[in-house]
Amino acid sequence: MRTLNVRGTKGDLSVRLDLRALLVCLLLAAAALAAAVVLVGTGDFPISFGEVVRTLFGGGDAGQRFVVRELRLPRVLVGLLVGAALGLAGAVFQAVSRNPLGSPDVLGISHGSAVGALVVIVLFKGGSEAVAFGAVAGGIATGAAIYLLAWQRGVAGYRLVLVGIGAAAILTGVINYLLTKADLVDAARATLWITGSLGGRDWTHVWPLAAVCAVLVPVVLACGRPLRMMEMGDDTAYALGVPVERVRLVALLAAVLLTAAATAAAGPVAFVALTAPQLARRLTRAPGPNLAPAALMGAALLIVADWGAQRAFGADQVPVGVVTGVLGGVYLLWLLAAERRAGRI
Amino acid sequence: MSRLAAADATLAYDSRVVAEHLSVAVPDSSFTVVVGPNACGKSTLLRALARMLKPRTGAVLLDGESIGTLPARKVARTLGLLPQSSVAPDGITVGDLVARGRYPHQGLLRQWSREDERVVQESMAATGVGELADRYVDELSGGQRQRVWIAMALAQQTPLLLLDEPTTYLDIQHQIDVLDLCAELHETQGRTLVAVLHDLNHAARYATHLIAMRDGQVVAEGAPGDIVDAELVERVFGLKCQVIADPETGTPLVVPAARKARAGAAGWV
Repeated sequence: MRTLNVRGTKGDLSVRLDLRALLVCLLLAAAALAAAVVLVGTGDFPISFGEVVRTLFGGGDAGQRFVVRELRLPRVLVGLLVGAALGLAGAVFQAVSRNPLGSPDVLGISHGSAVGALVVIVLFKGGSEAVAFGAVAGGIATGAAIYLLAWQRGVAGYRLVLVGIGAAAILTGVINYLLTKADLVDAARATLWITGSLGGRDWTHVWPLAAVCAVLVPVVLACGRPLRMMEMGDDTAYALGVPVERVRLVALLAAVLLTAAATAAAGPVAFVALTAPQLARRLTRAPGPNLAPAALMGAALLIVADWGAQRAFGADQVPVGVVTGVLGGVYLLWLLAAERRAGRI
Repeated sequence: MSRLAAADATLAYDSRVVAEHLSVAVPDSSFTVVVGPNACGKSTLLRALARMLKPRTGAVLLDGESIGTLPARKVARTLGLLPQSSVAPDGITVGDLVARGRYPHQGLLRQWSREDERVVQESMAATGVGELADRYVDELSGGQRQRVWIAMALAQQTPLLLLDEPTTYLDIQHQIDVLDLCAELHETQGRTLVAVLHDLNHAARYATHLIAMRDGQVVAEGAPGDIVDAELVERVFGLKCQVIADPETGTPLVVPAARKARAGAAGWV
C-alpha cells in the first residue's frame, strides 16, 4: 500500500496514513454530503442544489428556511447518522466474527430491537418515544444474550455467528407472533416500523442519535488498531500484546449500542450494516476492519437509498428499508456468485 | 540463568488436567526444543509460557515475576510467539504483515517511526523475504509464508521467541530451511528460542537444550548428545530403536527398529 508518513522531528510522533483509504474516505464523505444536499432539495417543493446550500448557511427566504431546516434537514441528518452507525457496527461485527455475513442485521441484534419496539406498539400501544426506548432495550438485551450464549473461554467467531443466526430465527418467530396479535391499526404501524423509514423524522430524533454517535464512534475507532491485529487470529493478536477478549467486549458493546440507537431512530433498515463494510473494503483494497470507510459508505448508501425511495416509484413514496432490502439482496447474490467463482464456497 | 520458567505449574483446560506440578526452566540464549508424543502437554506448556493459558496452580515467571500480572504490552516486548495457526488477512502484502509485528512498540501517536521502518527491513532481510516485500502473502508458497510469519515475530524484537510446531505442513526442504533460519537467529542474534517440534531427529540436530515430555511430566532434559539414547526414546515414545551418530553432524539420530523386531518385542503378530 502507498502510505503518507508524517513524523515529528524528535521521532516520538509519527502518523501513517494509507493514501488509497484516505482518498476513498474523502470521496465517500463528499458523495454522502452531496447526496444529502440533493435529498434536502427533493420533494413536493423542489429546491435547487445551490439554493439548499445557501439556505443551510443562513440564506434563502422564510419558506425555504422552514422547509429545509425544519422539515427536511432533520430527516437527512437522521439518515446520515443511521447509515454511519450501521456501517460502523457492521464493520465491527464482521471483524469480530471474521465472517463477511456476520453483521448485526443477520445476527439478530436488529431483530431484538424490532421485538422491543413491537412489544411497545402492540402490547402497550406506546408513543414514539416509548417505541424508541423499546427498540434500544430489545437490541441491548439480545446483544447481551448472544454474547453470553456464545461465551466459552472467550467468544470465537463461528460460535457468535451460529448463536446469532439462531437468535435471529427465534426472534423472527416472536415478531410474527406479535404481528398476528395486533389489531389492524397497530399492525400497519408495526409493519412500517419494521421496514425501516426516515419519514417524519424531526430534530427530536436527531439529537439522541447524534449524542450516542458522538460518544461511541471514537470508542469504536480507537478499537481499530487492535481489531486489525485480531484479524490474524486470537493467538497472534495476543502474542502482540492485544487484550483480545477486552477489545472484543468493548467493540461489540459499542456496535450493539450503535445498532440499537440507529434502529430506534429509523427502524431496522435492512442490509446497510451487511453491505457497507464489504463495499468499503472493495474500494480501499486494504486489509483490516476499514472502520471509517465503512461508516462513510453506510451514510452515503442510506442517503442514496432514501433518495431512490422518494423518487424511483413516481408519486408513490416507499420506506427506505424497501430500497436497501432490494439493493442488499442483489449485493448478497453477487457476493455469493463472486465467492463461488473464486472457489471459496 | 533463566528469564522464562514454569514453577510448579498445574496446567488444565476446564476440567481436563494436562500437567501437574510441572517445573521447566528455559536456559537463556539457548535453542530449547520440547519433544514428546501427541497429547503429552508440550503445546500446552508452550501456551502457558506464552501466557495464553493461566496455570491453575503455580506460576509462569518472566524475569522472576508472574507473567499473568505483567501488562500485556510489556510482555509482548519481551516474549514473542509464533502460533500454529495464524490467518494472513485478505489482500495483505508481505511488508505490511511484517510491519504488524511492531504493534507492541507503537501507539496512537507513534504509528510508524524510523525505528519501526528499520527493524521491519532488517527482519525481512534476516529471513530472506526482502525481495517479496510488495508481494501478496496469499500468493506465496507454504515455506515462504512461514518465513514471513517468522519475520513478523522478529520485528517484534523480543529477546525470547516461542514457536509452536513451526515446521508442520511444510515439505522436508522447507522444514530444514525454517530450522536453519531458527538456528541462525539463535546464533547470530543471541535470541532465546523455544520450539515445539514433532520430529525427534530434527530436535536432536538443532536444539542446544532438549526437553522430553510424557504425560505432562518432564522425563529428561539437557543437551541432546547427553540425554538421547535408545532407552529414553522407548521411555518417552514407546518406540524400540537404535540411536546412532548423525553422519552429518554427530548429533543423536534415532533409527526405529525394523517391524519384525518390534512386533516380536511387543508380542504382536
